[in-house]
Amino acid sequence: MYNSDKVIPGIIIFVLFVTFPIWWNHAKTVAAPQPELPKGRCVESKAYMRSHHMQLLNRWRNEAIREGMRIYTSSDGKRFWISLQNGCMKCHHDKSKFCDRCHRFAAVEPYCWNCHIPPETKKFEEPRASRLLRLFHVPPKLVGTKNTEE
Amino acid sequence: MDRRKFLKLAAISATLAGGVPGFFNREVKAKAYTPPPGALTARRWGMAIDIKKCWEHPECNDCIKACHYIHNVPHIPDRKREVKWIWKDEFEHVFPDKPNEFNNILLAHKPFLLLCNHCEHPPCVRVCPTQATFKREDGIVMMDYHRCIGCRFCMAACPFGARSFNWVDPRPYIEHFNPEFPTRMKGVVEKCLFCYERLEKGQIPACVEACKHKALIFGDLEDENSEISRLLRSRFSIRRKAELGTGPSVFYLIG
Repeated sequence: MYNSDKVIPGIIIFVLFVTFPIWWNHAKTVAAPQPELPKGRCVESKAYMRSHHMQLLNRWRNEAIREGMRIYTSSDGKRFWISLQNGCMKCHHDKSKFCDRCHRFAAVEPYCWNCHIPPETKKFEEPRASRLLRLFHVPPKLVGTKNTEE
Repeated sequence: MDRRKFLKLAAISATLAGGVPGFFNREVKAKAYTPPPGALTARRWGMAIDIKKCWEHPECNDCIKACHYIHNVPHIPDRKREVKWIWKDEFEHVFPDKPNEFNNILLAHKPFLLLCNHCEHPPCVRVCPTQATFKREDGIVMMDYHRCIGCRFCMAACPFGARSFNWVDPRPYIEHFNPEFPTRMKGVVEKCLFCYERLEKGQIPACVEACKHKALIFGDLEDENSEISRLLRSRFSIRRKAELGTGPSVFYLIG
């Protein structure tokens, strides 16, 4: 083989580089997230909610908004008002300790909270873009952010 | 028992058993999704605006304030990006086909209250590619913000300018928010929904409740005995751009 003194170390370096995440994390355990559960029972069993909450929420939003069906009768016959903000979050009253812990671990970013207001919210934040614009001294008039008239 | 009788009996019992929940068909449960009890229902919701009462109190904006507070409608000072569900405009703009040079003294520059007309044949619904906007059986033209992709076909189709687009994230423009109702996000279209979320709790729309002069009347247009039907029978009313055939459900009582 021509240039074997360069090609073989090259291949070895390449393989090590590509498999870096595997051997770097080998035999290490990452603690599973511990969401803070509220007291009492959820609309369905814990196992069902853990595996199917996204399907349930998806069904709920269609039933409530599109069909006008606001009442959910769970498998044990209890009735619940279908609503994320006014239903789920009345018990799970801390989004950061419940939703976020698992979602961050799983690197899932649902966009529920772009519209729905988590219960711990006291005030809405300034938009992220405006901080960036301030950094570069872009006059707010150009982009029409809040400071236009104030 | 002969075979004929046995077969008859078997058929009857099987039919009966199939019809009784929990006998053979064990998987049948109570219906999981039901409409809320105590909700206000109608065959066609509509609104009448007694514009004379409105003109007697030109400074009163209670309906607009109430609506915009409870629905987290942002106050964006830039007119090009503003969002509005219920607002006021001059007669000439509201009824561009109605003014004439002689009654201008009576009507020119007079404010009219505007909101989504919840049309009988809504053009916005016809053009929406995702069915994010749809008409409910009770006549409310609804928005499903989960589905809106922000194409703005509905805004182009609506002849009343009743729809607003969120050009920017609306949240920084909401000073006092109502934690019971979601906001919208950048890139969706929004409009008045006739307070569907209040109707299902048995409450009338927020603007109607907030109006201390009783200038707004909300009710079932197809119920002959409702207040709104009686008013529309007894007084002269006009609708915006009725000639377009969209069938607006908002009436302006002027006579």
